Amino acid sequence: MTWIGRSLPRLEDPALLKGRGNYVADHAKGALHVTFVRSALAAGDIVGIERPAEGLVFTGADLDGVGPIRPVLHRPDYRAVGQPVLPVERVVFPGQAVAVAVAASAAEAEDLAEQVFIDIDPIEPILDFDAALAADARAVHPEAPENVLVEGRLETPGFAETVASAHAVVELELRSRRQSAMPLEPRGGVASFDEATGRVTLVASVQMPHMLRTGITDCLGIPESDLRVVAPDVGGGFGQKMSLFPEYVVLVWLARRLRGKVAWIEDRRENFLASAHSRDQAFTVRGAFAADGELLALEADLRSNVGAFSCYPVTCGVEPLMAFGELPGPYRFSQYKVRSRGVTTNTCMMAPYRGVARPMLTFTMERLMDKAAAQLGIDAVDIRRRNLITAFPHRSPTGVVYDEGSYLQAMEAAVAHVDIPAFRARQAEARRHGRCLGLGVSVFSERTGYGTPVFAQRMMGIVPGYESVDLVMDPSGNVEVRIGASPHGQGLKTSLAQLVSDEVGVTPDKVRVVSGDTDATPYGWGTFASRSIVISGGATKLAAVAAATKLRKIAAKLMEASEEDIALEDGYARVAGTNKAMPIPELARAAYHQSQRLGMPAGIRESGFYDPAGTFSNACHICEVEVDVETGGVRIVRFVVVEDAGVVINPMIVDGQIAGGVAQGIGNALYEEMIYDDDGNLLTVSLADYLPPTALEVPDLEILHMETISPESVTKAKGVGEGGTIGAPAAVLNAVADALSPFGVEINVMPATPERIRAAIRNAKVPADA
Amino acid sequence: MKPAAFAYLAPTTLGEALAMLDGVQDDGKVLAGGQSLVPAMNFRLARPATLVDLNGLSELDHVSGDSDRGVVIGALVRHAAFHAPPFEGPLAELLAKVVRDIAHYPIRQRGTFGGSLAHADPASEWCLVAATLGATMHLASVAGTRTVAAADFFRGTFTTALAPNEILVRVDLPPLPAGWRTGFYEFSRRKGDFALAMALATLQIDGGAIRAVRLGVGGVSDRPRRLETVEAFLAGKPPTPATFAEAAELARGAVAVTADIHASEAYRSDLLGTVVRRALAEAAA
Ligand SMILES: Cc1cc2nc3c(=O)[nH]c(=O)nc-3n(C[C@H](O)[C@H](O)[C@H](O)COP(=O)(O)OP(=O)(O)OC[C@H]3O[C@@H](n4cnc5c(N)ncnc54)[C@H](O)[C@@H]3O)c2cc1C
Repeated sequence: MTWIGRSLPRLEDPALLKGRGNYVADHAKGALHVTFVRSALAAGDIVGIERPAEGLVFTGADLDGVGPIRPVLHRPDYRAVGQPVLPVERVVFPGQAVAVAVAASAAEAEDLAEQVFIDIDPIEPILDFDAALAADARAVHPEAPENVLVEGRLETPGFAETVASAHAVVELELRSRRQSAMPLEPRGGVASFDEATGRVTLVASVQMPHMLRTGITDCLGIPESDLRVVAPDVGGGFGQKMSLFPEYVVLVWLARRLRGKVAWIEDRRENFLASAHSRDQAFTVRGAFAADGELLALEADLRSNVGAFSCYPVTCGVEPLMAFGELPGPYRFSQYKVRSRGVTTNTCMMAPYRGVARPMLTFTMERLMDKAAAQLGIDAVDIRRRNLITAFPHRSPTGVVYDEGSYLQAMEAAVAHVDIPAFRARQAEARRHGRCLGLGVSVFSERTGYGTPVFAQRMMGIVPGYESVDLVMDPSGNVEVRIGASPHGQGLKTSLAQLVSDEVGVTPDKVRVVSGDTDATPYGWGTFASRSIVISGGATKLAAVAAATKLRKIAAKLMEASEEDIALEDGYARVAGTNKAMPIPELARAAYHQSQRLGMPAGIRESGFYDPAGTFSNACHICEVEVDVETGGVRIVRFVVVEDAGVVINPMIVDGQIAGGVAQGIGNALYEEMIYDDDGNLLTVSLADYLPPTALEVPDLEILHMETISPESVTKAKGVGEGGTIGAPAAVLNAVADALSPFGVEINVMPATPERIRAAIRNAKVPADA
Repeated sequence: MKPAAFAYLAPTTLGEALAMLDGVQDDGKVLAGGQSLVPAMNFRLARPATLVDLNGLSELDHVSGDSDRGVVIGALVRHAAFHAPPFEGPLAELLAKVVRDIAHYPIRQRGTFGGSLAHADPASEWCLVAATLGATMHLASVAGTRTVAAADFFRGTFTTALAPNEILVRVDLPPLPAGWRTGFYEFSRRKGDFALAMALATLQIDGGAIRAVRLGVGGVSDRPRRLETVEAFLAGKPPTPATFAEAAELARGAVAVTADIHASEAYRSDLLGTVVRRALAEAAA
């Protein structure tokens, strides 16, 4: 019996559920509190900063020698823009931190901040791509006169002829409105200076502690060894906490300057204003189809509003270049013409948010399939059957290689589970009573667990990807696994313990996973991009296999048996075919304390390193909705997920990842939108205005699994962190479009708010009352 | 998001509370459930120098009366008290129906009936109930108690007839005896959110015609509105979809709606018609 495949309750949960979690705010005791004074304007020149006569207030002018945050992309089309830690010349987005106030409590720091007056000569802000790309547009940054920070272009050789000879061309113009990853716990950091060593420890709510250390020390011009970064329990990140933000540089600078301890616990308003946004995208595509529904060619003009700065380390290329490369999704066609631009504006910086460009590109491809099906008179499922990739490895027109997957089979399984004919009958019956039900299908790929081979193609100055793991069995037989990944809610420690247990033969409760401390873990990239179970899991497995090998050697020696005959399980090393056995703790003790008997190096300490090319998960989501045509309100009636993430290590955890992702996807589809007014004021600065779905808006999910084993993952597991978010918007919005098909309206904007849906119905070719 | 400094007073009797509030005048605010005031203070949109906490005044935390005689609701009665009102009849049914659209369960445990009226959010359900049914507010100060009719109490967004030294102590809802039918319909972005539009209707139907009617709308303009002109139109008409559609159009004409990020004027006006129709239809059903 293996531990893999069991829904082991998460080892992380008892502490979290009992309120014994250890979050960054729990470290603030005894610290001075910090409040950032932020620009009230979206754009302008800083004329002066007036500080109160008393109190600790610092501005950019005080940060002598502190360099800007400057992510690098080695592409000729990339315009590198440095982000000053605290600007002295100009502000470029509303909420940009300009000064910092320090006081004994958070309330007093806010009092002090209120007395700082930033005199700004306003400039008319540029807020969206249309304004930024206008011929006579002002440059947001002098470094990028055209307001384009990155641009990808490609045209395959036979594109034009293929389009010219196609049976039909289907065109779509889609828009995703700006959204926030909105982790429950906002950002925060506590930096403390140690007089004895001269080092600073920064405890921060982040996803990439090692990277943060590199970024901060680069800005400050100090060696990495002078800084320790600790990520304690983190209340969600969803990508928002993987970038380096100026606030963290200021905190470390302050701790050094004041030779003391400073804390900044971000509030929701700041988080909405000034952390990171995402998904502000407009895609125009034209699909050329054969009469039988085969997609022959795709043309795409993709624009992403990347905000005022490029995020560090992954850069503002993250949305536009992923859109560029992965738009084809799970569909087989060879002719592709694409232009994808990252456009800078006077808005909050874009940074990765769970799924990155894929919720939008999946929405795009899935709308395209539905619209083409309707136009060509083909069933929506049939057109997908005609176009989904079925032979692997598959190479997309942009050169992305897809490993083994079950795109078609997952869709067939979902379709069978849902019973579409029965739904169509209910739908027809409901329509007779004036009720609008709809069903939406979404098939997609989720690229996961990609290492440096893939990141290197993006040509980032910092190429992430590999993971290292140090595994130690202590003399009592317990295992400590030190990982470079930095889990923050995913239950990774439990999943890794299951992996280790199957190799080493001790129960998962004897496996302690240490993460998120640059003093205690090997250099690694943290947790993002659905990578940890594949890469950190892979490295963990390799280390565990090495440890198991050593245990078997020791056992063979002590029990005078052959190494191949030793099995490690249930806490024992057993010799096959005999009743000889030794408890694993005894082997561990011998490894440390009787090493002279063993003829091998003392102790049990192994490392693993893994840097894979990546593996694609795939899934099909089917959603049923009811639309209230008089209000535009949408109710989700049913949501089915067939997910193929390879070997499922802990089904409960995997289902949890899917459920959380789908909930966010529903938010993206129907509810969440960051709104600036024409002057650049952010109007959605609290949870009264920015509306994530609650438990009442998210239905119970029906989740089914398939298991395609890929040679690209040593654990046989594929990543599953983002799929829910990627696939759900398209399923929901296709369902809304299906419900409204009698009116002939299109759903082109997400979120499809009640107002947008109602407006579409009112403007419909077929009147709503008909 | 920490409030500016303030002094905190915790009286145990109404007399004490009134004297304290009178002492601090303009810089003082009373604290009831804190579900609106405390967030506003954290955002520093409200910066009272002194808070007079009403939560020790158990004398304000009771409900009496019934549907036949009307009910008296103490200002400190929590929203949650109406999950299962301590009386029966159409008024109880109406309040129990309406309360489920106020915020979420934990907020309903703390937020108070009086706090909602005093706060006068344009989308408050209790304000709509008070305006539509014609509640009477009892306002106390060191000088004594006066009564104000709902029609005169709500003055605009977050604005009421309350003077800075006054406390709303009780609200009288008029009788709604057996024979009245009630309907309430609210549309909000998510369950528990403030209404983008809502309507409340009470009807008496006799011999196939509407005999008596009250109709109000909330969440659509600066204050809850009872729509007397539409009531006049409805009186004597058959309770049919056609009548209600016409009433909805009249209601739309009677209210200049406001816009916000969740609803433009056009959309809110459109919703207004829908909620009026649905509330009337529910009452007539
Ligand atoms: C997430 C959320 C969602 C919400 N959704 C809704 C909703 O859908 N519908 C809705 O109606 N409300 C909603 N509310 C508001 C909630 O119902 C509040 O409880 C209510 O508005 C105010 O009541 P309170 O007792 O909390 O008052 P407080 O917050 O304590 O006070 C509010 C104001 O009224 C004054 N005040 C309070 N009591 C008195 C009194 N007796 N005399 C004089 N002045 C007084 C205070 O000084 C203050 O100015 C929501 C609140 C939250 C946090």
